[in-house]
Amino acid sequence: MLASLVLILVLGFRPGIDLTGGTSWQLSFPEETGLEEIKNVFQKETGFIPSVKKAGDGSFIIRLPETGEELHQNYIGFLEKEFGTPVELNFSSIGPTVGRELRARAIWAVVLVLLSISFYVAFAFRKVSEPVKSWKYGGIALITLLHDAGIPAGLLALLGHFKGIEIDTNFIVALLVIVGFSVHDTIVVFDRIRENLILHRGKRIVLADLINESIRSTIARSINTSLTLVFILLALIFFGPPSIFYFVLTILVGTVIGTYSSIFVASPLLYVLRGKGVD
Amino acid sequence: MRNRKRLVFFLVFLIAVSIVAGLFAYEPLFKKWTGFRSWQLGLDLAGGSFLIYEIDLNGVAPVDRDSVVKGLRDVVERRVNLFGVREPKVYTEESAGANRLVVELAGISDVGEAIAQIGETPFLEFREIVSVEGDMAVFSPTGLTGRYVKGAQLGFDQITREAQVYLEFNDEGAGIFEEVTGRNIGQPLCIFLDGEIRSMEEDCPTVQAQISGGKAQITGRFSVDEARAIVERFNAGALPAPIKLINQQTIGADFGKDALTSSVFAGAVGTAVIILFMLIYYRRFGLFAVVALLMYIALTLAVFKIIPITLTLAGVAGFLLSVGMAVDANILVFERTKEEIKKGLNRLSAIEEGFRRAWPSIRDSNITTMISSIVLYYFTSSFVQGFALALFIGVVMSMFSAITVTRTLLRVFTVPKT
Repeated sequence: MLASLVLILVLGFRPGIDLTGGTSWQLSFPEETGLEEIKNVFQKETGFIPSVKKAGDGSFIIRLPETGEELHQNYIGFLEKEFGTPVELNFSSIGPTVGRELRARAIWAVVLVLLSISFYVAFAFRKVSEPVKSWKYGGIALITLLHDAGIPAGLLALLGHFKGIEIDTNFIVALLVIVGFSVHDTIVVFDRIRENLILHRGKRIVLADLINESIRSTIARSINTSLTLVFILLALIFFGPPSIFYFVLTILVGTVIGTYSSIFVASPLLYVLRGKGVD
Repeated sequence: MRNRKRLVFFLVFLIAVSIVAGLFAYEPLFKKWTGFRSWQLGLDLAGGSFLIYEIDLNGVAPVDRDSVVKGLRDVVERRVNLFGVREPKVYTEESAGANRLVVELAGISDVGEAIAQIGETPFLEFREIVSVEGDMAVFSPTGLTGRYVKGAQLGFDQITREAQVYLEFNDEGAGIFEEVTGRNIGQPLCIFLDGEIRSMEEDCPTVQAQISGGKAQITGRFSVDEARAIVERFNAGALPAPIKLINQQTIGADFGKDALTSSVFAGAVGTAVIILFMLIYYRRFGLFAVVALLMYIALTLAVFKIIPITLTLAGVAGFLLSVGMAVDANILVFERTKEEIKKGLNRLSAIEEGFRRAWPSIRDSNITTMISSIVLYYFTSSFVQGFALALFIGVVMSMFSAITVTRTLLRVFTVPKT
């Protein structure tokens, strides 16, 4: 978690064009060509060198500033002369205002989801106020969620630094999905703790034992529920379209982390935050 | 047992509905029988272009804005319809105080040409001269723009044989034109096309008299072809406000098709692994969960198709994720049932108890996913909305399948031990 935070702060994210504005252009050529050739042609014709990457299927992804239709046609013109008529797989150009707006909305969405899930957890556990207040369940859910979303985010910062992977809207969506899913396991454990607490109401209890017992009896189902999702995600990673590879990878990491955190982050926190006079 | 009979009947009904739903959702087979409601594929799967324009409403009074935006949409739609694209979509969006016009063109081959045609729609505006500073005239918009043009006609000057464009204004426009010409008698009145005039001589005819009746002519600007093109465009409708292309996305048709095929394949593989896992781990119980899962897939796809939800790559991904969690509720129930059996309850009551006790955690965890998808739906653009909607419907349907369907199956097929 901490390492992840450091990674995010030090390396930062590489924002995608949909968050900053700009153009992403994926195309393939009939003739064999390389990154350097494409860069050279751009330098010769326009005076600037765009960032060019090779995609998995042999096509190229060119990153440009926001590009109007006229320039687009102009670029096609000189690329065609050099490498033959290109096949355009994907061309998207986004104005800076749209990018700014999407970014603002994305941040709002993340904040709103985190808060509303935490409030919901606090609300759902309102009946168990002893020995841990219900708002603490909500608070712990929030911390756990930050942990679950933070680690994949750190990974993406790392990938952004070393492999040039960009953070786009899909990434934000992935984070929100992780937040929605990873809380499932936490809820399952908390639910069992809640049940056991109600069951033992009035008796003297040792909270640590009760939590341990709850985790032990629910661990198989926590793992199994995540496992079914992991199956689908792995299938998508291996066989799915390359365009959503990193989206799926982010969710996969988040799902695994989420299962682990419900046992090793959320439950210990519950014990740490217990009320006074509880064993 | 009357109760049991009713359960069996309900189960048969559910299975029948699911089979119908499955057939309905399975396009290759369903298409053979009828063309009713085929899947709507989004641009990222079908290939096509997605254009977003910003509408400049600075020159429009706030009260008129809604009607101008609506008019603009209609004009662009008429224009887009001329391309012969299958089911083009033109709609407006308002976000952060800015008005946007979105054009979706599926399976178009020449986007450049389409953009040119949409963008070239002339923005016509009459401006009057307020003062002259040296050689420079200072212009002021009269408020008379292309949105008041009712129709245009090509004509020729009787003497010079030059091409002319005759404009006819609607009633409102006629009133403004009358007023503008009235206060500019003896003055030049300039006709700006797309915010430009070539020169005072060419584009600023002097107003001879107040003109009522709402007819004007633009002379001497055009070749015959130019004039004809302009007339055509005006008759399709002039843009009531200027627009600017701020966002463009084009996806090649093959690219989209590959994405769809590989997602469907990955989904099938993932589902098969889940089925195997459930059967191996939960044996008999697992079998019921698998039946419920297959019914879930059939029913959810049918719901998507009947609404209809336009299927995008994000939507497919959202649906597949929901498949991954559809059996979660079953797992929670089964684990709980196993526990209850260990405690010494008989199978039947252990199952009932399992459902009852697992319910709070199922409810709470599904509600959190619903919260995520609702926020996603309201805070993002149309591409992500498909994902959010698919996820939301998926979660709701999975609660139904995992609880109602599985419970009915278990109730019918679990014979109490005597």
